[in-house]
Amino acid sequence: MSAAVPAGWGRYPSSSPRQIRSCRNRQLLDLPDQSLSCLPFGNGRSYGDVCLNNNGALLLTRALDRFITFDPASGVLRAEAGVLLAEILALIVPQGWFLPVTPGTQFVTLGGAIANDVHGKNHHVAGSFGCHVRAFELRRSDGGCLLCTPEQNIEWFRATVGGLGLTGLIAWVEIQLQRIANPWIVAENRRFAHLDEFLTLDAEYEARYPYIVSWIDCAATGQALGRGIYMAGMHAPPGLLKPPPPERRALTVPFMPPISLVNRFSVGAFNRLYYHLPRPARGLTPYQPFFYPLDNLLEWNRLYGRQGFFQYQCVIPLTEAREALREILACIAASGQGSMLAVLKRFGDKTSGGLLSFPRPGITLALDFPNQDQSTLNLLERLDEVTRQAGGAVYPAKDARMSGDSFRCYFPQWAQFSRYRDPRFSSSFWRRVTKQK
Amino acid sequence: MRNILIIGATSAIAEATARRFAATGARFYLVGRNTERLTAIARDLEIRSGQPVAYESLNLDQIDQHPALLGRANQALGGIDIVLIAHGTLPDQNACQQSVEKTLAVIHTNALSVISLATLLANDFETRRRGTLIAISSVAGDRGRQSNYIYGAAKGMVSLFLQGLRNRLNSKGVQIITVKPGFVDTPMTAAFEKKGLLWAQPDQIAQGIVAAVERGQDDVYLPWFWRWIMQVIQHIPERIFKQLSL
Repeated sequence: MSAAVPAGWGRYPSSSPRQIRSCRNRQLLDLPDQSLSCLPFGNGRSYGDVCLNNNGALLLTRALDRFITFDPASGVLRAEAGVLLAEILALIVPQGWFLPVTPGTQFVTLGGAIANDVHGKNHHVAGSFGCHVRAFELRRSDGGCLLCTPEQNIEWFRATVGGLGLTGLIAWVEIQLQRIANPWIVAENRRFAHLDEFLTLDAEYEARYPYIVSWIDCAATGQALGRGIYMAGMHAPPGLLKPPPPERRALTVPFMPPISLVNRFSVGAFNRLYYHLPRPARGLTPYQPFFYPLDNLLEWNRLYGRQGFFQYQCVIPLTEAREALREILACIAASGQGSMLAVLKRFGDKTSGGLLSFPRPGITLALDFPNQDQSTLNLLERLDEVTRQAGGAVYPAKDARMSGDSFRCYFPQWAQFSRYRDPRFSSSFWRRVTKQK
Repeated sequence: MRNILIIGATSAIAEATARRFAATGARFYLVGRNTERLTAIARDLEIRSGQPVAYESLNLDQIDQHPALLGRANQALGGIDIVLIAHGTLPDQNACQQSVEKTLAVIHTNALSVISLATLLANDFETRRRGTLIAISSVAGDRGRQSNYIYGAAKGMVSLFLQGLRNRLNSKGVQIITVKPGFVDTPMTAAFEKKGLLWAQPDQIAQGIVAAVERGQDDVYLPWFWRWIMQVIQHIPERIFKQLSL
């Protein structure tokens, strides 16, 4: 109801900005006095501290929520950076258009989607969000204003896509939408017993389906290690006369339990049940539950209790993926710390060119961990060792703890990037990973 | 398709309300002070409603301009179905109580200009025997308090005026809605510390306004719990109330 102190989605770490100000005019960058560093804050859906600025100022962008132009003939949309993907979908889906790329929640802002160069289930064919950005305007603290496109101010474009909000304030964004015939998805589900079977299924399905993601049972061990459910989907073809599905009423997790409801016992039981639950092999589903299964459970992060949670998402190059993922999954299963929410997906070769973009060819694994202090931090550091050795990377948008060494190893272009960072802009994440020992 | 005139269209509550009307199909005529912001809002509403949006910038303190303004709006829309009067200022109480000039300016903007517009619009609606007039008043208008009584007096005048108008036009097919928001998180209240359960977002108020039109409500407190808070506040005996620091 009220505007609370902004936090990351994982509720860890806690942070106290000195100042919070709302941006309301896209033609004006109104900064606090020189002593405070600034960071744009969209809808707080990144998990860790890339959206936090401890002891600095946060520039709230949600009030920049106007559409600027939309051409229903070509599917080119220009809107202010604080518009939510959910608001875009509400406008475009009835007119036969869809987002070119969407992450697993529609509650992120356009600016946040660029700053984290988000990806979705169609990465293997469409690349990341940045691949579909036609233009954006970047406002700098020196009063400068840069129109960035893949052809103009290219170096600024590449620094800002995936640039974690550090290159300046994104005022507005223009994207190219994709055509759809209706709001339905043809979805297919297959169980896989272990990682090798996942890889076989992927080889079979990736050319046929634009949307692929797998749920993986991170509590399974031994023979069952790496078992899961493979889910593929495509926009339903024209000619389907089913009426649009009714809006489902969202539930809200009403309060924060004192301890995490996600624990060793609940995860083991849930995962066993979820894996064996009978489900139709093929069917038609509205797009919302297919893309945004958790968006109907508002404030679901409260389930992890006051301590909050970590999310870990890594990508491992294909050649190393089998061995490294087996090791990672074995570590997690042995620790008993994983959660129900664990997903596996193959990234394709297409990249946006963003200097700090996370998606790169390989297999990506993402999962949540309830915060159990040092034991969780130790486990994640162990996972980082495997990821580093395999030549992989960890996703800053979901991170709250990677070491500076790991960051610089995962993102070797960080030094080049830092030349484009706005001198007035910084974040808790940036200070953490660039701190010299 | 409803034809909607919005006066004070750049206010956060007005913009949120316009978006909700746009989603159900509406044609707009927008009036506000700041041309740049009006243009941005008009473009946004065009995309949301799929209809062209007309607008003009005007300082609404110029009461002599009101008849011509309403003439232009009527002509552009081809008859007004709904009008939302949402313009206003939230003055600095301390500065006002030291200055007659400032006090009267607050009354002029928040009360007299609203009454002027409401009079002209109500008479037009009365002859056409249709129309809905919505005006944003405030819970501050329900009882005078030392921290906010000048703004409160202006809003109280608006509430009372609309009450009479409603009574007069009840049999003429004209709907008059008095909206009384509590604390709303908008640029107008930027100076306040916005914490606690009493603060609402502009879209919650917008939702309540649209619902009031659909349900034919007269006097709406938004969010709803303010009706009960104000019931209590209005019933405290003055002998006690005058001693409180509210």
